Amino acid sequence: MRTSPEDLRAQVASLAETFSDWEGVSLQAGIDMPQLTVAKENLVPVMQALRDGKFRFAHCSMITAVDHMPEEPRFEVVYGLYSPSCNQWLRVKTHCQEFEEEVPSVTGIWSGANWLERECFDMFGIRFQGHPDLRRLLMPEGYEHFPLRKEFPRDGIEPGRLYRQWDEGRRREGAEEESAS
Amino acid sequence: MGSLIEAPQPQNVGEQGFLTTKLQHLVNWGRKNSLWPMPLGLSCCAIEMMAMVGPRYDLARFGAEAMRFTPRQCDLMIVAGTLTWKMARAARTVYDQMPEPKWVIAMGVCSSSGGMYKNYSVVQGIDSILPVDIYVPGCPPRPDAVIDAVMKIQKKIEQDRSLKFGS
Ligand code: SF4
Repeated sequence: MRTSPEDLRAQVASLAETFSDWEGVSLQAGIDMPQLTVAKENLVPVMQALRDGKFRFAHCSMITAVDHMPEEPRFEVVYGLYSPSCNQWLRVKTHCQEFEEEVPSVTGIWSGANWLERECFDMFGIRFQGHPDLRRLLMPEGYEHFPLRKEFPRDGIEPGRLYRQWDEGRRREGAEEESAS
Repeated sequence: MGSLIEAPQPQNVGEQGFLTTKLQHLVNWGRKNSLWPMPLGLSCCAIEMMAMVGPRYDLARFGAEAMRFTPRQCDLMIVAGTLTWKMARAARTVYDQMPEPKWVIAMGVCSSSGGMYKNYSVVQGIDSILPVDIYVPGCPPRPDAVIDAVMKIQKKIEQDRSLKFGS
């Protein structure tokens, strides 16, 4: 989607009205769509206002993160919101530190955020507080590492270990059953 | 029919309405012409596998058109696609559930060696979890290449001498 610079400025101006009395919320024009930076403490009320306010951002289209190692704060969680009634896109960003990768969950606002947050947790290890079911989505259960973090090697860390554990357990059980019968 | 003819032939067989052969040859002949593949279609290669079974390439000419989606009825596993470590347990379970004797074709570079996916999630060659009989290179291999693999499996079955009699 291409937005002309004039359009973008007009969009930002009308969004800025909504947020003029919010603290810790800053709005930038962004390259392709307006962009809102929010402290994570304010995330849930701001998102709620975005969904229910003038623009009606009814659709949470994506959630991902960016690893800015070695900068602090290390992780940036990025939300892509869309308002079908205004045909308006908005990017929302919030930050969290290493070792306390916790961000409030927005599943209470958009239930579709459930799997998006699970994927983000799976890939970056960011824990979404208040998520109803924060399990891994793509990597196997029981895997300890987070593949999209900068320190993660391309070839993985012991990629076959969980399979081999399962395989050994299965063979042991088979052998025990055989010796019992 | 090669292996049937290999057996010693008495005279006037056809006229008398019977033929003689070795049991091993008869069993091999039956097995190789009625392979039931287990289509383990994991990604894009599965499309080529479907083309292979369809009317244009027609795997039925080789007696192997009866794809079964339960491993308990199959004897030829075609691993068509990218096997991830998460999927590896399922693939191994499917293999274990197939009755003996059984054969495995690794179709495509992904299942043969991991292919272009040299990363943390993909098994670098299914031979690290399964015994493989034939590898088919290509990304994806053409259906004719896979048919060639099936024919090589048939040749392999023909040479089987594992039947035991008596004790
Ligand atoms: S070998 Fe190529 S076509 Fe086959 S599964 Fe891999 S990527 Fe897809």
